[in-house]
Amino acid sequence: MFFTRSRPKRYIFSKGIDDTLIGVYNAYLFVARFFKEAFTKPFHFRVVVDQCFEIGLRSLTLITLTGFVTGVVFTKQSRPSLEVFGAASWLPSLISIALVRALGSLVTALICAGKVGSSIGAELGSMRVTEQIDAMEVSAVNPFKYLVVTRVWATVIAVPILSLYCTTVGLLGSYLNVHTHEDTSFISFMESAFEAISFIDLFTAVAKSVVFGFTIGMIGTYKGFNASQGTRGVGRAANQAVVLSMFLIFIEEIVIVQISNWIKFF
Amino acid sequence: MTEKHYIQHTINKEEKVISIREVYKSFGDLHVLRGVNLDVYKGENIVVLGRSGTGKSVLIKLLVGLLKQDRGTINVLGQEVSQLKAKELDALRLRVGFSFQNSALYDSMNIRQNLEFPLVMNRKQLTPKEIGLLVDEVLDAVGLKDKKEQLPSDLSGGQRKRIGIARTLILKPEIMLYDEPTSGLDPITSAEINELINEVQERYNTSSIIITHDLTCAKETADRVAMLLDGMFVSVGSFEEVFATQEERIQSFYNYNFTK
Ligand SMILES: Nc1ncnc2c1ncn2[C@@H]1O[C@H](COP(=O)(O)OP(=O)(O)OP(=O)(O)O)[C@@H](O)[C@H]1O
Ligand SMILES: [Mg+2]
Repeated sequence: MFFTRSRPKRYIFSKGIDDTLIGVYNAYLFVARFFKEAFTKPFHFRVVVDQCFEIGLRSLTLITLTGFVTGVVFTKQSRPSLEVFGAASWLPSLISIALVRALGSLVTALICAGKVGSSIGAELGSMRVTEQIDAMEVSAVNPFKYLVVTRVWATVIAVPILSLYCTTVGLLGSYLNVHTHEDTSFISFMESAFEAISFIDLFTAVAKSVVFGFTIGMIGTYKGFNASQGTRGVGRAANQAVVLSMFLIFIEEIVIVQISNWIKFF
Repeated sequence: MTEKHYIQHTINKEEKVISIREVYKSFGDLHVLRGVNLDVYKGENIVVLGRSGTGKSVLIKLLVGLLKQDRGTINVLGQEVSQLKAKELDALRLRVGFSFQNSALYDSMNIRQNLEFPLVMNRKQLTPKEIGLLVDEVLDAVGLKDKKEQLPSDLSGGQRKRIGIARTLILKPEIMLYDEPTSGLDPITSAEINELINEVQERYNTSSIIITHDLTCAKETADRVAMLLDGMFVSVGSFEEVFATQEERIQSFYNYNFTK
């Protein structure tokens, strides 16, 4: 398929600027093609499910560990400040606000960008440079649908689930820490934790994770699908996928927080 | 060295399966193909010879729409390739087998899954049992029945090549495109592949384009030879005809192959 514009011979601004603009335009075409092909048959459900498991398996240990440690450490570090005001009983609400609104989805997204984004970039990149993608195309299978669309769906589905999981593990970690200091029951801990959370918080958290998942999948597949120049290109695709998706995740975090604050304001 | 010894297949000179007219293709400033003309007839093996980087791979990629020519027309099985819509192109691709220079096996799948893949994706009406039988048939044809559950990375280069050919054969294509089927292989394995190519021609009455710089392969498999030089076919004919010329570069191509 001929959707990538090749580089013009003469530069309009300078090589750097022109290349960036063309890169952005090509990325735009890639994303547009995703939306065109994501909702039409064939769907390759099996591949999507397989990919979801793959993503889960690849990142579960790290997410569990990071979520748990975040919960424990964050609670431990916040306690002294709250105790100064005699407000240690607010710990559960503070932690749950922090985890649900920001940390859970952000930590998960960053871990997935590192583990999942890079492996998608490397996998598709090596398939590109060894002509496996061409081989797919000549056997009348649309590689964009089979490789790109399925992986983006998988990250869009898996990353929010992993984020909720990460948040839950973080709350458990936090509870363990609270429990060693006070005799709070698990139920009452959770009650006060969720009291502080509104529906819009949860909704924003999930929406944010969907956006993060989309970003990770899209960038990993884009970099891999358009890899070139042999094995070096594969490494570069994996590397760029991580850097670029982490960068975008931070920007998106800021933008989404702004938007959700506006929504709450009205 | 044996000449092509059995010619039991029938070449129908009336029926063109591929017709290439005045095709140009460049990448930036690099003019790779500069006015290519070629006809391929039903049931014939045509060998395309040419030095590395003359655009042989580019030429067959144009035939299946992996690349698009800048100018000229390419007609495959009665259809103008560059004019086809995605669906029509896919239908055409199922009738044309493309075996890649580096095999291009899916390295996340084992050999059986590699061979099943084109069937599972394109022949939805087949039962798993029928698919299994077809897999066995092509594995038998390439002589690698015992490798079914291995991964491509466990195979040698020659075995991978044969599996690559098997994967394209499984759809019973009317045209086969072989990109350097014998490059990097020892003479005995090469001879086996040459035999396989001739066997495919006989068994399925396919027409084939075989790209190579291996003159032994050319001699054994070719009904006709086409010599690509400077982006054009400068000479097309039987092996003897093409190398009977005084043209220096064709001669040196011959000499380097056989006197080294
Ligand atoms: N997608 C592409 N983009 C840019 N240049 C290309 C592309 N594909 C091929 N080329 C260039 O076109 C020329 C011909 O390439 P091609 O692969 O057809 O050579 P070849 O005749 O198959 O050589 P070999 O025998 O080594 O395989 C080469 O110089 C190559 O660099
Ligand atoms: Mg080549």
